[in-house]
Amino acid sequence: MSSPWWIPTAAAALLLALLVGVMIGPAGPTWWRIPLALVDRLPLVAVDSGVSESEWNIVWLIRMPRVVLAGLVGATLSIAGASYQGVFRNPLVDPYLLGVAAGAGLGATFVFTINRAGSSNWLIDPLPLAAFGCGLGAVLLTYVVGTAFGGEKSSTTLVLAGVAVTSLVTAVQAFLLQRHSDVLREVYTWILGRLSTATWSDVRLVIPYVILSTTVLLFHRRLLDVLRVGDDEATALGANVRRIRLVVVLSATLGTAAVVAVSGLIGFVGIIVPHAVRLLAGASYRVVLPLSLLFGAAFLIVADIPGRILSNPAETPIGVVTAFLGAPFFLLILRTRQASR
Amino acid sequence: MTSLNFEKVSVRYGQRHAVQEFSEAVRPGEWLCLIGPNGAGKSSLLRAIVGIVTFTGNIVVDGAPLGDRNSRRRAQLVAYVPQMPVMPSDMNAYEYVLLGRNPYVSHFGFETVHDSSMVDSVFERLDLCDFANRQLGTLSGGERQRVAIARAVAQEAPILLLDEPTSSLDIGHQQQALELVDKLRREHGLTVVSAMHDLTLAGSYADRLVLMHEGLRVVGGTAEEVLRAETLAEFYGVSVHVHHEPDGTVAVIPRRTLKS
Repeated sequence: MSSPWWIPTAAAALLLALLVGVMIGPAGPTWWRIPLALVDRLPLVAVDSGVSESEWNIVWLIRMPRVVLAGLVGATLSIAGASYQGVFRNPLVDPYLLGVAAGAGLGATFVFTINRAGSSNWLIDPLPLAAFGCGLGAVLLTYVVGTAFGGEKSSTTLVLAGVAVTSLVTAVQAFLLQRHSDVLREVYTWILGRLSTATWSDVRLVIPYVILSTTVLLFHRRLLDVLRVGDDEATALGANVRRIRLVVVLSATLGTAAVVAVSGLIGFVGIIVPHAVRLLAGASYRVVLPLSLLFGAAFLIVADIPGRILSNPAETPIGVVTAFLGAPFFLLILRTRQASR
Repeated sequence: MTSLNFEKVSVRYGQRHAVQEFSEAVRPGEWLCLIGPNGAGKSSLLRAIVGIVTFTGNIVVDGAPLGDRNSRRRAQLVAYVPQMPVMPSDMNAYEYVLLGRNPYVSHFGFETVHDSSMVDSVFERLDLCDFANRQLGTLSGGERQRVAIARAVAQEAPILLLDEPTSSLDIGHQQQALELVDKLRREHGLTVVSAMHDLTLAGSYADRLVLMHEGLRVVGGTAEEVLRAETLAEFYGVSVHVHHEPDGTVAVIPRRTLKS
């Protein structure tokens, strides 16, 4: 398939995923009535969908926010992963590289250990806030430590600083968990990631960060291609490598921290989606970034579906499903791609 | 045509002086070739011009110090072909040459129609149209070198820097690459500074040679003036025949010291 067709294809895949996502669920109206009900909600259109108000509420208040949130999380993790891979020129990097996941995990652990029950009637849920804040804090610490030791010259120092900060933060978290083993299960569930409690307020919470982060990253897709020839040659071509790396890392981290705060640590998406896109449509970031955004959203919406149906009502964590679906899917692409060469 | 002046340029890596107070004036449209043994500071000097390494002193282009210009403006003036260009194997030649337009595109901007037609014309002028859709990983050494030069041409900079442009090429492709540079120089009035190991090729293509040794400028002048057996023996530690062709070409032929 030639390149102009990929964006419409990916957009169609996302629309299809959205539609299937809202049509499937254990309770609620018959599946085929839902598209009719959706059309009915459009202005100037009236269709008799036969969906009652209470059934519609299940679709609108339970399924919709969950599907939309899955889309936002998948899109953000994928584009952030692709961007991280670009600025670090390493295909094995995921958006959690510089410690955002470890930081968010620590933030969540804090909230669980300090009296989770007591905060249930607070006006604002402290869990996403703590995860978001600590996630960003960990990456800032990585950046400060990394640049202090010459990390602005080479990205390797920054990556090593990320490894150090991640270990440190994980150690603190392990220490806290040792002393509060009663919350182990809750923290573990949070770490595996979940979308089951998604509400519209979660969507509202992350959407400003997701829009800001993905917009800035999309505007850097040309510069990420310049960075592919290495820091030295990019400099010789007039690119301000340090500034590009800083802006891309910060925007990708902002988006990642926001979605991690509401969904937990959903692994694998940030690596597998950009790679699948590269195998299908080529390695230029001009294509990889927008396609990762669209396919990432579609992938996580679809990956969330088995979790909702299987082992209902105790759900399979989404992080488990992404790895379970993602790994074989990835191997399949790798294989067909290799065979066609 | 653009002049390039070095005023007491020094490059340091920690305690080591790679280039020490290098001064030289490159005339507009001239081809200057830096020669000297490994570690003489040739590459460091080229890397200083394009901002990859920091330097002290002044590098002046058409009367204005390069240090006063921002990185995009500098890249509009100076194009650089490194010794081993990084060529991502999954990037195609068109995408690669398009990178040469980066100095003309703002941070958040994208290439215009003018930029892509410029790149198209570079492919035509360098006779590379067959390669545009080829992945860089599938190109041969000579093809890669031509594509790397094409990127520098797309930069439309009046000064072209070449670091060992022939080091990985066979003798035919060496000649082809240097002929290409010479042709571009004449067509576009480029000022060329190259670093080269092959003294015979350096002498036959460059207008002037500058010999560097341990970061210092030793001697400069025409091939005849610089490529002398005594000079080369002293700074390269080699024993050579210097052969003067009737057409003015100076051939440097290493002499075997131990013969059984």
